[in-house]
Amino acid sequence: MAVKTLKINDIYVAVEEGLTILKAAQEAGIYIPTLCHLEGVSDIGACRMCMVEVEGINKLLPACVTEVAEEMVVRTNTAKLKEYRRMNMELLFAEGNHVCSVCVVNGNCELQNLAVEVGMEHCRFSYRFPDKPVDISHPQFGIDHNRCILCTRCVRVCDEVEGAHVWDIAHRGEECKIISGLNQPWGEVDACTSCGKCVNACPTGSIFHKSTPVAVMKRDRGSLEFLSTAREKKQWTR
Amino acid sequence: MDLKELVEIGEKQRNSAKKIRIHCCNAAGCISSNSSAVKDKLEIAVKEAGLQETVEVAKVGCMKFCGRGPLVQVEPAGTLYEQVKPEDAASIVAVLKGEEATAKTGNANHPFFTRQMPVVLENSGKINPEKIEEYIAAGGYQPLYRVIYEMSPNEVIDELSHSGLRGRGGAGYPTGLKWATVAKMSGEQKYVICNADEGDPGAFMDRAVLESDPHRVLEGMAIAAYAVGANSGYIYIRAEYPLAIDRLQKAIKQAKKLGILGSQIFDSPFDFKIDIRVGAGAFVCGEETALIASVEGKRGNPRPRPPYPAESGLWGCPTLINNVETFANIAPIVREGGDWYRSIGTEKSKGTKVFALTGKVKNTGLIEVPMGTTVRQIVEEMGGGVSNGGVVKAVQTGGPSGGCIPADALDTPVDYEHLRELGTIMGSGGIIVIDNNTNMVDVAKFYMEFCQQESCGKCVPCRAGTVQMYEILDKIYHKRANIADIDKLEALCHMVRDMSLCGLGQSAPNPVLSTLRYFREEYLELI
Ligand SMILES: Cc1cc2nc3c(=O)[nH]c(=O)nc-3n(C[C@H](O)[C@H](O)[C@H](O)COP(=O)(O)O)c2cc1C
Ligand code: SF4
Ligand code: SF4
Ligand code: SF4
Ligand code: FES
Repeated sequence: MAVKTLKINDIYVAVEEGLTILKAAQEAGIYIPTLCHLEGVSDIGACRMCMVEVEGINKLLPACVTEVAEEMVVRTNTAKLKEYRRMNMELLFAEGNHVCSVCVVNGNCELQNLAVEVGMEHCRFSYRFPDKPVDISHPQFGIDHNRCILCTRCVRVCDEVEGAHVWDIAHRGEECKIISGLNQPWGEVDACTSCGKCVNACPTGSIFHKSTPVAVMKRDRGSLEFLSTAREKKQWTR
Repeated sequence: MDLKELVEIGEKQRNSAKKIRIHCCNAAGCISSNSSAVKDKLEIAVKEAGLQETVEVAKVGCMKFCGRGPLVQVEPAGTLYEQVKPEDAASIVAVLKGEEATAKTGNANHPFFTRQMPVVLENSGKINPEKIEEYIAAGGYQPLYRVIYEMSPNEVIDELSHSGLRGRGGAGYPTGLKWATVAKMSGEQKYVICNADEGDPGAFMDRAVLESDPHRVLEGMAIAAYAVGANSGYIYIRAEYPLAIDRLQKAIKQAKKLGILGSQIFDSPFDFKIDIRVGAGAFVCGEETALIASVEGKRGNPRPRPPYPAESGLWGCPTLINNVETFANIAPIVREGGDWYRSIGTEKSKGTKVFALTGKVKNTGLIEVPMGTTVRQIVEEMGGGVSNGGVVKAVQTGGPSGGCIPADALDTPVDYEHLRELGTIMGSGGIIVIDNNTNMVDVAKFYMEFCQQESCGKCVPCRAGTVQMYEILDKIYHKRANIADIDKLEALCHMVRDMSLCGLGQSAPNPVLSTLRYFREEYLELI
């Protein structure tokens, strides 16, 4: 096993070759905000929350998909990055309809936590108030597109872990929408095994257990990691 | 098929040519103004005048002066007719018998033509794009033959690197280096892709090349495949280009029939087949990773690079992807040598570049000029200045990813470096002239609307950021904004540029940043 040594925020870190900057930071206990990243599924570098600065490279790089290199000097928390992340967060809140007070995951929401984390106190951009549907045709679960941030975690977990490929993205730009089956109501998609993996993957209150009251739903994120470790490493530990 | 047979096909074609050829433009621009009817009438007129023995009417590709179509040119005299109507046909033929012309003649000695240096367009407007024999008669496919039998893949790449050719799809990446990277990759299966997505508003260079001289692109791709070790290629072309698709299909079929494409090309062990993939016309599908996903039958979303396509492209195999015009430069470079190509252009930007000259300019059309030609020469001499007697305010290049050149910088030579210094880019080659009646905020707004609609929606800064930028621009344009909005707009521009995943988002703020740089007062006037 080849090892690469790099410096993250002035801390020396030695990690296995081929790992991402994000993994290296996690090993060293350095926090990098993420949103589209989910343990157990492939990374796509879409949310751009994990962007970091690397000395000698004049662009920002997504930590979740950038491999470590020898003698790399990484900064995860510069003033510029903090400002950009806050702005990115504001863009997400302006884009959807995030009314936390009536949301099932209020208090347990990754998006909400991250907004607090990056210091977002208000949104400087104008709210779009898009007209988005809610689909509760599935017997156990529902999806509220008002809260969807298009991270595609549900798409990847259903495709890569469950192997059912129920979800997909339709349209483009701000019209993008997560669709089930061939753009059918979720309840009519035969491929869905009702395994609940997408429910556990969703970072917001978008995909939810039906009949959960406001602010009580918690997701079992560990279950996905458990599954992938069990499959890949044959270790059944949680 | 060997070299002798190839040369014979060319000779036979040349010998069968009649003394006088009436060229009638048959590319999309002129067809849309009824050039097909002109051609039919010309043929009838030739017959009626009893001149069939010495005169032929040939449909040819783009004759460049698209704004004055349909165009007809009588060779070898070179007499040019503009805006020809079907009823002018008899008069054009009568001139051959010594009568006065009543059809509108054009000036073939105008700087619009004389300043051009045709390399990519050397056959455009001269040969019938639907006849492989005419391409062969113009020396076509001899470079490919020579490459296969006389050069090693490395020699081809060295010659290309030496030529200094850089990618014409926008970024200007050195083509020789790209080929060398793909050639060095191990792996049985490699692919060559031609990017014919051409999605910039106002750009039609690649379409013209494909409609006028499709074999040139096929030959360039085949030489590339030989050099990098690929046996399969794709042309990704937008569905909005039906004529180009049709001509490519015909060209591939003809080349296959002669053993110039397919298996054992020119009876050598080299195989190369080309297939066409038709895109649905999304701008983002011109981005190389999105294009590859689309060819694979997936949603056309970009993905982070690295890995670059040269390493892991189509179906995970090493893939060479170049623009139409890049491929169209290959055969001339092989034929004339890298030294010759190097001698054209500026220090770091070699060769010629094809531009689509449009906007508020008198002479619109297709031009091919050596790198280093100044914007003023292009706009004022060739383009004849602003239409309706206005004044040039700015010149936009690079489409939605580019920026503006203000009127006081018109003496800038057009090459990759100088345009970058001015805060714009060469892009794929659209040049849009803006006159002093146009509001620059409106220009910025137009491009932002385009980017907002064309964003694939994968990453947050571009998907949501372009929407907000457009909204602020719209607010400014309608005089509803305050000074803080301009600061907000600028901050957002920087963030979207630095944080977006692919070139679309990264360059979407350019038109705004550029107009803010040169025309800030126009923004402030609206506050
Ligand atoms: C949003 C976007 C759109 C693009 N559209 C095109 C296009 O229409 N045609 C093209 O050749 N290159 C386009 N490109 C550039 C390609 O990604 C790629 O760099 C190019 O095809 C490489 O060819 P070259 O080296 O010959 O220039 C686009 C890039 C981006 C980011
Ligand atoms: S419940 Fe399971 S199968 Fe159904 S959509 Fe979610 S992840 Fe896919
Ligand atoms: S439904 Fe949830 S997991 Fe799926 S894209 Fe939307 S926010 Fe992400
Ligand atoms: S920058 Fe825009 S087009 Fe490119 S991946 Fe992001 S959302 Fe898609
Ligand atoms: S976590 Fe890296 S881009 Fe989303």
